[in-house]
Amino acid sequence: MARMVTTQRKVISTVAAWLVGFLIFFPILWMVLASFKTELEAFAIPPSFLFFHWTTENYVTVQERSDYFHHALNSIIIAGGSTLIAMLIAIPAAWSMAFSPTKRTKDILLWMLSTKMMPPVGVMVPIYLIYRNFGLLDTRTGLVLILCLGNLPIVVWMLFTYFKEIPKDILEAARMDGATIGRELVYVLTPMAVPGLASTMLLNLILAWNEAFWTLNLSTLEAAPLTVFIASYSSPEGLFWAKLSAASTLAIAPILVLGWFSQRQLVRGLTFGAVK
Amino acid sequence: MATQQTQLLARTLLTPAVALLFIWMIVPLALTIYFATLHYNLLDPGSETFVGLENFRYFLTDPAFLASLQNTLVLVGSVLAITILLGVPLALLLDQQVVGLSIVRLMVIAPFFVMPTVSALVWKNLLMHPVSGLFAWIAHLFGLPAIDWFNDAPLFSVILIVAWQWLPFATLILLTALQSLDEEQKEAAEMDGASAVSTFIYITLPHLARPITVVILIETIFLLTVFAEIFVTTGGGPGLQTTNIAFLIYSQALIQYDVGSASAGGLVAVVLANIVAFFLVRIVGRNLEA
Repeated sequence: MARMVTTQRKVISTVAAWLVGFLIFFPILWMVLASFKTELEAFAIPPSFLFFHWTTENYVTVQERSDYFHHALNSIIIAGGSTLIAMLIAIPAAWSMAFSPTKRTKDILLWMLSTKMMPPVGVMVPIYLIYRNFGLLDTRTGLVLILCLGNLPIVVWMLFTYFKEIPKDILEAARMDGATIGRELVYVLTPMAVPGLASTMLLNLILAWNEAFWTLNLSTLEAAPLTVFIASYSSPEGLFWAKLSAASTLAIAPILVLGWFSQRQLVRGLTFGAVK
Repeated sequence: MATQQTQLLARTLLTPAVALLFIWMIVPLALTIYFATLHYNLLDPGSETFVGLENFRYFLTDPAFLASLQNTLVLVGSVLAITILLGVPLALLLDQQVVGLSIVRLMVIAPFFVMPTVSALVWKNLLMHPVSGLFAWIAHLFGLPAIDWFNDAPLFSVILIVAWQWLPFATLILLTALQSLDEEQKEAAEMDGASAVSTFIYITLPHLARPITVVILIETIFLLTVFAEIFVTTGGGPGLQTTNIAFLIYSQALIQYDVGSASAGGLVAVVLANIVAFFLVRIVGRNLEA
């Protein structure tokens, strides 16, 4: 039952919440505004907030000068590819641990979690050398592989917590009715698992899209995703802030939308089910 | 009923994931340990010699190590403090009845979805730039001198950016936890005449203890290896002022090409992370049984 709240209190919390929310969101808003300014207006003092000459010229220039779409495509292939492969490996594993747990299941899960605790920088040297020797540096394959392995523990964990919630009675009922394991998978489990699968994929896409340790260290140009592309704006060759803002806006827009849909899953995925 | 057949199937399904993760963990780690005992520089190939623990002695006595360890601890500690101290009141605020709450929540969570290179460069160039950044203009409005953030307070600037990225995470987790708090318990306390403050101290705060611990542990794991934000803003400088352990190892490996020393450093980072991971795994494991 909702508690009675005085109007005054509601007004105060509303104003405070909107104010704080706006402050936290402001850097993103400011960046989006800057992307529609001319370079001159982007660093003008005093800054203009809304009354400047709106232009989409930066978006055009970003593509023409630096081939934005090439890097965006890399991001899509790397994030999408690593997510798909991770799902293919993780679904059977999570299914097996959720529905036929053994004495060791808990240990295996915790061990998987502990591999995620390993700091990437701890194994950077051998990975870099292995990649160099196998010609995997600056390739999409190399990045797909490493991001897939890096996120595999989170994917298995999330799927496991979702599969765990599917009532086992339903499976037993299906078995009683003579369903084979194959039919059971397709007709009973899959429909119930779809929401969990979708949210796991969503969170994993976001993590892979924003990953900025391996992508920065293992790719330079050919395979460089958007994280690396944006980093190239850090070299101070003139003031390209409006263009930086345009490129950044394009780089974060799709993930911001996906992210907003997956807030709840984020909590579950990143806390390994410790907070629901 | 698990038959032998299904048990076999279950094991077969589990094998690929376990095998891959095992290789992913063991091979690079074994190589790191091996390299750490070698004198091995990429600029001088073929000259690898076994030097025992020499690299560890070199890495641990390097003044850069102490400086970067200190920077790492300050960075992790400050970001944790900021995100928890602001995250708790923010989560409490969002747990109130707020008109348009879903939009506010979207605005609050947004920074977490921004890729690190974007947030770092936007903060550095659009907000913190000493001449044309927004902060400089605001300081000017109040008649204050502009701050040259990345020269005068480089580590603090990095801390601000990283804290902005992680505040949404802390808030969201604490908010999720608050929403699972039993409303009736709070109501009962109110009816018994408990003040808002004592309700907070005796009911809300104990309920938040566990999620706060989880936030601290998970953030620590990620914050120990903050890299991109430093890479695109300061490059570890000026001097060593913003070099953390992750950045130090990166620069030894890929700028000085000193494989041996970087590997020794990598192992130090693994040990540091494992201390935190030990506690996190125990908390998560306890939850698994419940």
